[in-house]
Amino acid sequence: MISLPHFPEHLQKLGPHTGKPLDRVDGLAKVTGKALYAAEHHRPGLLYGVVVSSSVARARIRSFDTADALAEAGVVQVFTHQNRPKLASRSKKWRDQDTPKGSPFRPLEDDRVLFSGQPLALVVATSFEAARHAAALVRIEFDEIEQPETRLLERLGQGKAPGRAKGGFTPPPGPHGHPQQALKSAFARVNADYLVSAEHHNPMEPHAATVFYEEDGSLTVYSKTQGPVGEQAFLSAVLGLKKDRVRVLAPFVGGAFGSGLRPQYHLVLAAMAALELKRSVRVVLSRQQMFTFGHRPYTWQHVALGAERDGKLVSLVHEAVAETSKFESYVENVVTWSARLYPCPNYSLNHRVVPLDVYTPLDMRAPGAVTGLFAIESAMDELAHELGMDPLQLRLVNYGEKDGLTGHPYSSKELRACYQQAAGRFGWEQRWSEPRGRREGSKLVGWGMATGVWDAMQVPASARARLHLDGRLEVASATTDIGTGTYTVMTQIAADVMGLSLESVEFKLGDTSLPEAPLQGGSFTVASVGSAIKAACDGLRDQLFKLAQKMPNSPFYARSQAEVEFRDGRLGLPGHPEAALSYAQILRQQGVSVLEEEVKVLPNLLKQRGYSLATHSAVFAEVQVDEELGTIEVTRMVTAVAAGRILNPKTSRNQLLGGMVWGISSALHEKSELDLELGRFINHNLAEYHIPVQADIRHLEVVFVEEQDEIVNPLGIKGLGEIGVIGVAAAIANAVFHATGRRVRHLPIRLDDLL
Amino acid sequence: MDDASSSFEITINGTKRHFNVEPWVTLLDLLRERAGLTGTKKGCDHGQCGACTVLVDGQRVNSCLMLAVMQDGKEVTTIEGLAAGNELHPLQRGFIQHDAFQCGYCTPGQICSALGLIREGKADSVDSIREFMSGNLCRCGAYSNIVAAIEQARGQL
Ligand code: FES
Ligand code: FES
Repeated sequence: MISLPHFPEHLQKLGPHTGKPLDRVDGLAKVTGKALYAAEHHRPGLLYGVVVSSSVARARIRSFDTADALAEAGVVQVFTHQNRPKLASRSKKWRDQDTPKGSPFRPLEDDRVLFSGQPLALVVATSFEAARHAAALVRIEFDEIEQPETRLLERLGQGKAPGRAKGGFTPPPGPHGHPQQALKSAFARVNADYLVSAEHHNPMEPHAATVFYEEDGSLTVYSKTQGPVGEQAFLSAVLGLKKDRVRVLAPFVGGAFGSGLRPQYHLVLAAMAALELKRSVRVVLSRQQMFTFGHRPYTWQHVALGAERDGKLVSLVHEAVAETSKFESYVENVVTWSARLYPCPNYSLNHRVVPLDVYTPLDMRAPGAVTGLFAIESAMDELAHELGMDPLQLRLVNYGEKDGLTGHPYSSKELRACYQQAAGRFGWEQRWSEPRGRREGSKLVGWGMATGVWDAMQVPASARARLHLDGRLEVASATTDIGTGTYTVMTQIAADVMGLSLESVEFKLGDTSLPEAPLQGGSFTVASVGSAIKAACDGLRDQLFKLAQKMPNSPFYARSQAEVEFRDGRLGLPGHPEAALSYAQILRQQGVSVLEEEVKVLPNLLKQRGYSLATHSAVFAEVQVDEELGTIEVTRMVTAVAAGRILNPKTSRNQLLGGMVWGISSALHEKSELDLELGRFINHNLAEYHIPVQADIRHLEVVFVEEQDEIVNPLGIKGLGEIGVIGVAAAIANAVFHATGRRVRHLPIRLDDLL
Repeated sequence: MDDASSSFEITINGTKRHFNVEPWVTLLDLLRERAGLTGTKKGCDHGQCGACTVLVDGQRVNSCLMLAVMQDGKEVTTIEGLAAGNELHPLQRGFIQHDAFQCGYCTPGQICSALGLIREGKADSVDSIREFMSGNLCRCGAYSNIVAAIEQARGQL
């Protein structure tokens, strides 16, 4: 039996398929090895490119010696900044859909080295082995090697306000009320600093691009990306090609978690080499090189909370200082969540960035929220302990009926139900208040909880629906499925709106020849692309109905569309089975071979205006800490999520389980270790960069909380990609405190913190 | 480099195939780049992730750590060789039914590893599955569902 979470089915349905725990439609391809990822498309004569990475972080290149590399059998060319073909020279042309303020990195631009691991050359050969070997033979001499600036904690005072620097970033507002004064006179106070480590996305599939050079000189690019449309625009701008000369495809993506939001350097190098050599080229990054582009930024935070005797917050201070690169000013929403979640009369929020000699950070699953919620939800736990209050009770005392920053009501917010249901499943009422209060053998047991919050967003997206004479429906949009279930839920939506079986619907994605879709990120894909698909299918229904009305002796002639039903591939009148006509019949009789509808759907800003749109969660965790060894195990965890309509509880549950594993990972495992002298991430492999393995994961439970929302978007969907991970690290850190009495204010928490 | 090539035969998924490659070509790269079998994945190339797991003479191995030339005369089973025609292997069915993957990139390695695990007799308890499947990373975090899929399939073999 497949265990499914409790699920209010009646609320979730558009038709027979949505709301059902259906298997993934792309499952067969994935379990048989037939799903082809970016590095797996092949053509005869394909060349292999291997990147040569810089061993220093800050220098100038004096010279290259490529003679030995070029002398190797099979080597076709070694590209460096000295011999590369022309690429766009204006910084503006290098902007992509997720570019922060600044000047984007350009591979092989000139002799300057800006970060350790920077690509300095591309070796192209007839086999992967020859390219890899020759890459080791390229010798590079440097001048002016300088000590990289890497020490964030020594530069906290030099942080700069980033301004409105990046899409999706809301600069924190100025102070409200008198936070410092209120803090001084508060009954209870917490004043603490928190640190969140740098992390790298590390999807299992290394970043790769296979660029086919077509006979007419155009490029067909198989890419690992979360946004084919953006990559097409980027590549055409950088290479100086017309857009229709570049087609980008990403039918399968082996995970991304944000790493595919921006086109990475291997893509430029592969496309550049293909154009120059007039040959097809594949470039795959090694796992080590997966640590040479964006990462979750190392971030310092300060939180001060002041509360009355009853727990009511009177002062809230949340500041963050995060690293960025010297060439771009990366920002994410870290501090605003606190004030949104916990309305408080006096607050002060601040976010600053410090440029260091590292690559620009990059949105990584739940960017900002993972970081900010760790701090505020740890601080709330500390405050509860100060007050001698149950941590859940403290959350309820400060529950925000409205968004604490904007004062707007929520389009829907079932966070209270999340707390109740997760606490119930977990057995929270059995909690003992004193830390170190329970032991099992040599292990201390502790319980902790935390809150999660993320924006519910919808962005413009297009989709096309085509109904064929044989009754088949083809739906398409240039979005991606990075493991999120896009293929499946879009098929479900289309089947239900059109009244068709799943088998008669085919959804196509990941191809710039299809209607434009936004980047897949921010948990907004289903809300955005799903709304477009629904609208395209609604348009088809209109067309079908009109066609049916025009038929001779049409039973629908004097009817309105509201009276008819679209079911089992037929247009019918309830109560008149004899009147039903199959879609194919209607098309055939009217001499139409394909019925097509393409639409672009924008969020209904008018409807959304004046509301705050957010997804919420409540996380409860149990840990066991071995007192002698310091080892920490998360023995069970329950997450309850309010995310609007759930289209497929099976894929949705999986998304949330994955988020919980990510939370355990950031709490206890993951950390990119920057060597402060070298400016290099030194644990750049999967043996030393720890992520949870099978044995680290125990009992995880997901609860979907009923939440109806007619404002957020026509489907009532809020998205699930990020919410599962947010708050998890705080819940675990709080459980570790409850088990051991030790408050650890940095991530990850490792055994040496508890010895 | 051509001089260095050696010639050998491997039976892959029941079919004997002849190769002539340099001795430094790994089994993984041979499968992916020369045999047209991209179902076996490369996640690290260093024996650290398990994405490249295949069965050699019935035993699960990380194919990125094996040189192709050393498999001369051996039998290699990859994900492409598990189904019998249109009839999926019970593990493949279990993985679909329990949604034991998201992006699917670790999946072929997980399934081959699970097959090896069952043959080793180590799939008899949840704890044992967790312990002995720990060489196969899943960044998407589908671990709980992978255990459920293996538990289901183990009784059907
Ligand atoms: S690719 Fe072989 S273990 Fe990772
Ligand atoms: S399914 Fe994506 S890595 Fe396992």
